[in-house]
Amino acid sequence: MSKDYEVVIGLEVHAELKTQTKIFCSCSTAFGAEPNTQTCPICAGFPGVLPVLNKKVVDLAITTGLALNCEIPNICKFDRKNYFYPDSPKAYQISQFDMPICINGYLDIDVEGRRKRIGINRVHMEEDAGKLVHQGDITTTPFSLVDLNRCGIPLLEIVSEPDMRSAQEARAYMEKLRAMLLFAGVSDCKMQEGSLRCDANVSVRPIGQVEFGTRTEIKNLNSFRALERAIEYEAARHIEAIKGGETLVQETRTWDEEKQLTRSMRSKEEAHDYRYFPEPDLLPLKISQEWVNSIRAAFPEMPEQAQKRLVEEYGLPEYDAQILTLTPDSLAFFDQCLKQYPDAKTISNWMMGEFNRLLNQNNMEIGESKVTAAGLVQMLKSIDDGTISGKMAKMVLEEMFATGNCPEVIIREKGLVQISDEGTLLTLIDDIIKTNPKVVEDYKSGKEKAFGFFAGQIMKATQGQANPTLVNKLLKDRLNHIQ
Amino acid sequence: MELFELTVHALQQKLASRQVSSEEIVKSIFARINKVDDKVKAFITLTEEDALNKAREVDNAGQYKGIAGIPLGLKDLFCTPGVNTTCGSKMLADFVPTYASTAFRRLEEQQGILAGKLNMDEFAMGSSTENSSFFATCNPWDLTRVPGGSSGGSAAAVSADEVPFSLGTDTGGSIRQPASFCGVVGMKPTYGRVSRWGVIAFASSLDQVGVISKDVYDNALIMKIIAGHDHLDSTSAALDVPDYTACLDGDIKGLRVAYPQEYFGSGVDAAIKDAIKKALLKYEELGAIVEEVSLPHSEYALPAYYLVAPAEASANLARFDGVRYGYRDNEAENMEAMFSQTRCQGFGDEVKRRIMLGTYALSSGYYDAYYLKALKVRRLIADDFTRVFKDFDIIVAPTTPTTAFKLGKQSGDPLTLYMNDILTVPVNMAGLPGMSIPCGFDQGMPIGMQIIGKAFDEATIYKAAYAYEQSTNFHTMKPALGVE
Repeated sequence: MSKDYEVVIGLEVHAELKTQTKIFCSCSTAFGAEPNTQTCPICAGFPGVLPVLNKKVVDLAITTGLALNCEIPNICKFDRKNYFYPDSPKAYQISQFDMPICINGYLDIDVEGRRKRIGINRVHMEEDAGKLVHQGDITTTPFSLVDLNRCGIPLLEIVSEPDMRSAQEARAYMEKLRAMLLFAGVSDCKMQEGSLRCDANVSVRPIGQVEFGTRTEIKNLNSFRALERAIEYEAARHIEAIKGGETLVQETRTWDEEKQLTRSMRSKEEAHDYRYFPEPDLLPLKISQEWVNSIRAAFPEMPEQAQKRLVEEYGLPEYDAQILTLTPDSLAFFDQCLKQYPDAKTISNWMMGEFNRLLNQNNMEIGESKVTAAGLVQMLKSIDDGTISGKMAKMVLEEMFATGNCPEVIIREKGLVQISDEGTLLTLIDDIIKTNPKVVEDYKSGKEKAFGFFAGQIMKATQGQANPTLVNKLLKDRLNHIQ
Repeated sequence: MELFELTVHALQQKLASRQVSSEEIVKSIFARINKVDDKVKAFITLTEEDALNKAREVDNAGQYKGIAGIPLGLKDLFCTPGVNTTCGSKMLADFVPTYASTAFRRLEEQQGILAGKLNMDEFAMGSSTENSSFFATCNPWDLTRVPGGSSGGSAAAVSADEVPFSLGTDTGGSIRQPASFCGVVGMKPTYGRVSRWGVIAFASSLDQVGVISKDVYDNALIMKIIAGHDHLDSTSAALDVPDYTACLDGDIKGLRVAYPQEYFGSGVDAAIKDAIKKALLKYEELGAIVEEVSLPHSEYALPAYYLVAPAEASANLARFDGVRYGYRDNEAENMEAMFSQTRCQGFGDEVKRRIMLGTYALSSGYYDAYYLKALKVRRLIADDFTRVFKDFDIIVAPTTPTTAFKLGKQSGDPLTLYMNDILTVPVNMAGLPGMSIPCGFDQGMPIGMQIIGKAFDEATIYKAAYAYEQSTNFHTMKPALGVE
């Protein structure tokens, strides 16, 4: 990134709401059903049907508004957004245009130890469209099939202010937003399944310039990484264009994950005129203070409160607290461990370290893993009582992760018992010292590496089962006593 | 009198006293339809076999509660499970819904019997029923004239004694104007009084379901059945529905009747003005207090209506794209072409004209000047009525500026045709209830008197209409139709 320019980023996030039924009819919202089995005349846009608003959707929208520090005006309304496409059976989407349910909120993010407040312009309710299935590529497919199961699934669109200034900030915002939505229980936030989607508006301007540069909107950002990479790519593209004296065009672009670049989808001229107007089939929605209060009263613990608790009650570093509170499942796992094991920092280290590495490697969420809190605690206790070493514990955890077996079984089956018998270890140590007089001399002349050599030889001889703390102590004793 | 000539309440008595069976009534109705509908052409679809089966069921059960065993007709935009619902359009010529409109369901729950589906202007856009994709309906009083529209089939069928009553819809006058042209009683209740569920939409904020009947009593009787809150329609009002027939006592002493000067302008035929003035005298005779008032924004109602209604229609009719149901052009080379050719071939000229008007009015850069301004005008029109209703119980005016015009006479001239709605549109814009009842004839063609009431006060309209009707005999006159 050139030092003379700054990138300006705003995000539009679509979150699928966790309701049993669709926003305007009573069809199921369950994911993965056979095509067109979760449809009715309403969501399929038949003649003469009318929408009826699902109250749960409003509950979840208010919850989100409160989580994002929004104002919730006492009246909002729905509007029709008109466009022709086979995935839109009414040829309009019921959305909210100029009177959304939540306005003027914010979200605090932490990037490289600095806290930054990102404005939330609005949160509004709308219905999802259906899905088109093509044979191969859309441009060459001989026909396309329409699946309306997703049609009418409730969505929240959360629009940030253009307050982010780097791809890292955008990612941090997205991660924090996801955490908030998960903790508030409003969405599953599965980016792969599309229940959390994000479009990025990116522009670049010379540092010090007040006006925004020409903005492009990037779609198809299906992961945090894609978001980060796409913004970096796009910002660099803009800067290069500006430096080269090119005129940037306002347009919509799509992120090509395979080629790691953005491609033009449509220009401003080709943009739809959505012809918004008030939805006459739904009355303006009044939201009483009592309604908002009742939701506020039942509010779950949010990430920031949880972080505070982790830092103040258990003495964890801020960073640990942030990582552990990225998802409610992660926090719940930690809390469960802590009930059975007193050392918060040790739990945190294992969760953030080895366990997290395994999760990432397998592209899994903590809730999907076979490792239980009880299992992890048992493993930690086995380290404490000297049954296994920390190094062996890593193997045990890997095995727990792969099989779901409890640590005791794994330790027994793999014969992973630590050798803590001083006599056995001393015999080994004496042997190795005797057969390596040259290294002893090195050690005596102050070469620290020599100590490592001996320790390594002992671990090798015991296939890693020697108690490392004890080996260190005994080895040091013996070497220092050699004259 | 033949059975087909009788009112609903007369048929109820005959059924209750076991003088006739439902089967006899249904047979009488279909005999009449077979005799006259070649001339009137009110029906798009007849459901004779089903109707006879249902009639026998009712007779076998032997319980004649409510409207059990009594036939009815529906404008062809009420969804009827298993029965074609065309909306008067080639686009939906073969469309068979799986669901029932709430208004029809409520009639069916009382074992009312569907005789058939009635012709209409395509997607309820028109004032003559000549915009039907299938054929024009004729006015039973003069077969060379239009029955009005868009519920032309519904009014003509009742007028020609083909059904005792029918349902229609009224977006800008589509019940009242054809009722007026055909010499029958038509009520458009308050917006929100009757559920719109299962009624194919034209302009959602204006559309309202109503009843066309031979007399005021029948109208009140049927309205009581179909009105009331429906959880399937968020715009239906959660208000109790009074027993409308209970207030039909003819006593209107002290009723405050207003007539707006703007509704008696130069565009209204002298014969019609005279007929309404006579009716006002009748009201005075009956003990009402009659005064002239002003509704100053009336002249803006029509232009505002022709922005709001087409705007909503442009979105409501966008779903007819050939993808899931209805007409599709199978020759199209790609998706875009399929959309545009399907709509080009499936819709008639008037529908296309209004879709274009509405699309334009909502377009970016024009919205504030057209649609938003029309909404403001709408508010002013509603305020006019509110002001008058502070001092008056009902407003009386002509329903239409002319009596029924000749078939083909106005079809080439949309603007003249739009003027037909000038006296009915303000009522829709304000969401108020309005009714048309027969009040005279001009050269053999019926004249309609419009009675407008306060929001959700249909009861007072019925009361006033009944008192007038009982003191005149216009509602008993029948078109000759050249048959015995």
